[in-house]
Amino acid sequence: MAFDHKHLIDIREYSEEDITLLLDTAERFKAINERRIKKVPVLKGFTVVNMFNEPSTRTRSSFEIAEKRLSCDTLNFGGSSTSTVKGESLDDTVETLSAYKIDMIVVRDKHAGVPYKVAQKSGVSVIDAGDGKHQHPTQALLDLYTIREEKGRIDGLRVGVVGDIGHSRVCGSLVPALKTMGAHVTLIAPQTLMPPVPEALGADAVTSNLDEALPELDVVYMLRIQQERLEGAPFPSLREYSMLFGLNERRDKLMRPDAIVCHPGPINRGVELDAFMADHPTRSVILDQVYAGVLVRMAALYLLLGGNEDME
Amino acid sequence: MALLLKNARVIDPQVGLDEVCEVLVRDGKIVEVGHGLQMEKGVERDLSGKVLVPGLVDMHVHLRDPGQEYKEDIETGTRAAAHGGFTDICCMPNTNPIIDTGSVVEYVRTKAAEVGKCRVHVSGACTAGEKGEALSEMGDMVAHGAVMFTDDGRGVQNAGMMRRVMDYAVQFGKAVSSHCQDESIVGKGQINEGAVSTRLGLLGWPAAGEEIQIGRDIELSKLTGCHIHVQHLSSAHGLDLVRRGKEDGAPVTCEVTPHHMFLTEESIGDDYNTNFKVNPPLRTAEDAEAVIAGVIDGTVDCIVTDHAPHADHEKAREFELAPFGMTGIETSVGVVVGNLVNTGKITWQRMVELMSVNPRKILGIDRVAIEPGCQADFTIIDPELKWTVSVDEFESRSNNSGFIGWELTGRATDVYVGGYATMEDGKLTDEPIHL
Repeated sequence: MAFDHKHLIDIREYSEEDITLLLDTAERFKAINERRIKKVPVLKGFTVVNMFNEPSTRTRSSFEIAEKRLSCDTLNFGGSSTSTVKGESLDDTVETLSAYKIDMIVVRDKHAGVPYKVAQKSGVSVIDAGDGKHQHPTQALLDLYTIREEKGRIDGLRVGVVGDIGHSRVCGSLVPALKTMGAHVTLIAPQTLMPPVPEALGADAVTSNLDEALPELDVVYMLRIQQERLEGAPFPSLREYSMLFGLNERRDKLMRPDAIVCHPGPINRGVELDAFMADHPTRSVILDQVYAGVLVRMAALYLLLGGNEDME
Repeated sequence: MALLLKNARVIDPQVGLDEVCEVLVRDGKIVEVGHGLQMEKGVERDLSGKVLVPGLVDMHVHLRDPGQEYKEDIETGTRAAAHGGFTDICCMPNTNPIIDTGSVVEYVRTKAAEVGKCRVHVSGACTAGEKGEALSEMGDMVAHGAVMFTDDGRGVQNAGMMRRVMDYAVQFGKAVSSHCQDESIVGKGQINEGAVSTRLGLLGWPAAGEEIQIGRDIELSKLTGCHIHVQHLSSAHGLDLVRRGKEDGAPVTCEVTPHHMFLTEESIGDDYNTNFKVNPPLRTAEDAEAVIAGVIDGTVDCIVTDHAPHADHEKAREFELAPFGMTGIETSVGVVVGNLVNTGKITWQRMVELMSVNPRKILGIDRVAIEPGCQADFTIIDPELKWTVSVDEFESRSNNSGFIGWELTGRATDVYVGGYATMEDGKLTDEPIHL
């Protein structure tokens, strides 16, 4: 087992072998999660701080469940209830946490680059649980896990990512990770929702025409329109967005019969996905992604904190 | 008191001088330039191996005083200027309160005369409170000694307002200098819009947001006849606009900084080093090359630093929350001499034009030449001195340099203002300034 990472901050630092090991480890944790008693003592005695400086329900819940199932001691350290509101600097907050003699910080922040700063200041292992518009590596891993489980492979698959790519931390990790694993990636959005240089993420193709791109795709990854974050109205109306970039029953016939639909959640029903697609029995893997989130986070915690081969 | 400076290579393109000779100073003025000069009583200095030029001017400096003295104040900022080799600076008005009335101009000039280590010229705001909504009291500020007007730190957003500023400023014969930034395009942009901003997940600040106002202000200079000085120009196309404006005969000048010449967006690594967060942002390698080309071909009128001190705790924040700006006044001469002059990209004559002659012309302050009768303001540079940029050596109150750790060649070792040394052999003197 040649895994020598201390942090999971920048997915681009992870090789194909590293990611495969993470996914394989997640798969082994799946067996444990299928049991009646889902808890194993492999990280007993380790203290993990969940430092969520911006609101998050889903990611934080997923991390908490993963930590508890590995028997970690956890501390939830919410930004709004503590230091930043009182004017404490990030550095001071992290130094305070470090003084508790902890083993890992899982950090979510609305500002890009914060996990790196936390890692530097704390000296402990850090997992980026989403930083600004930068990266969200565990989301990328759970997506890869789900895709691999559904399609049996990632290498050679054609993946289309649709939506607000420019403001998406999910894309910041997902696109490079898909490239590392050998997929072909097409970014699909109006230019108002594209990053300045989409190719810098590693994308193979960029288009604003969903209907043209759709027939080729094995995986359609729909991003959430984050209505609360959109600046300067990048499209005229949700109605028009849905018409041009929504995945719906009308577009079903354009898709390959075995194409699957991913979404990082939470869904805006009727905007990027209609009910037909969101609940589609064979295409939609959205709930599988949620489950995979627990598995890959267990794998990441386990590998980064130096868990050994014996998972029991 | 008399002063005899011997054995330096004296360079001044204004009078066609470039030779090893002597300069004799008495009562703050140059008395004689030549060979075998005699002095009855006074100080004699041997400057063998060094270059003596008319005192250098940094016409874009943030002294942060009044209001943000924890970053810098008039004393520390002018000490940093002297340490960097400057005899004169022009400070920017985005202080607290904003320098937009005669009384604040008066405060800065009075305090500079008391505690300053160089001559301080003052830029006033061109709109009240730098809000871009109404004219500032330019006449009152001129009466108290302001030399230029600018809303530096912000662009004047409304084109009609900018036209009114320039129309009004014409009567005073002062330049209006423009921080070009269209806020409707730049928004909360953090770094140059492009591959690096995409990779780091930071909002982009596109060059077009700067170029649109450069183009606008050049057109307005033609319309109003007001001298427009484009500040800290950062992009290849922005420079083209100035080049074209000059060809058209528009009254336009421009300045560039060492950091826009020798640092690029690629300097901002995955460690999100906030010292590289500046406004306008570091751009591409092609832009930096174009800026250097403009320095070489004469399109650029002066090199300034946009010395923008910020406290450690402010720069230690999250990248998106950290303030824009880097210091530069103590590294400028080393960067320019080592990378432009010693490499043969520009001559010493051109360096003197960029850092001494042209800034004085743009600011409309006294000409300083190496000839009898001129005020004895000199910068003396050791062009071969090798040194490493370290925060420990800064006189500035702040440490936010983008050149920390750089190995530079060339450094100002001695500075004279009005015939008195503010720095000797690299050490600031205790002598109060004689204005």
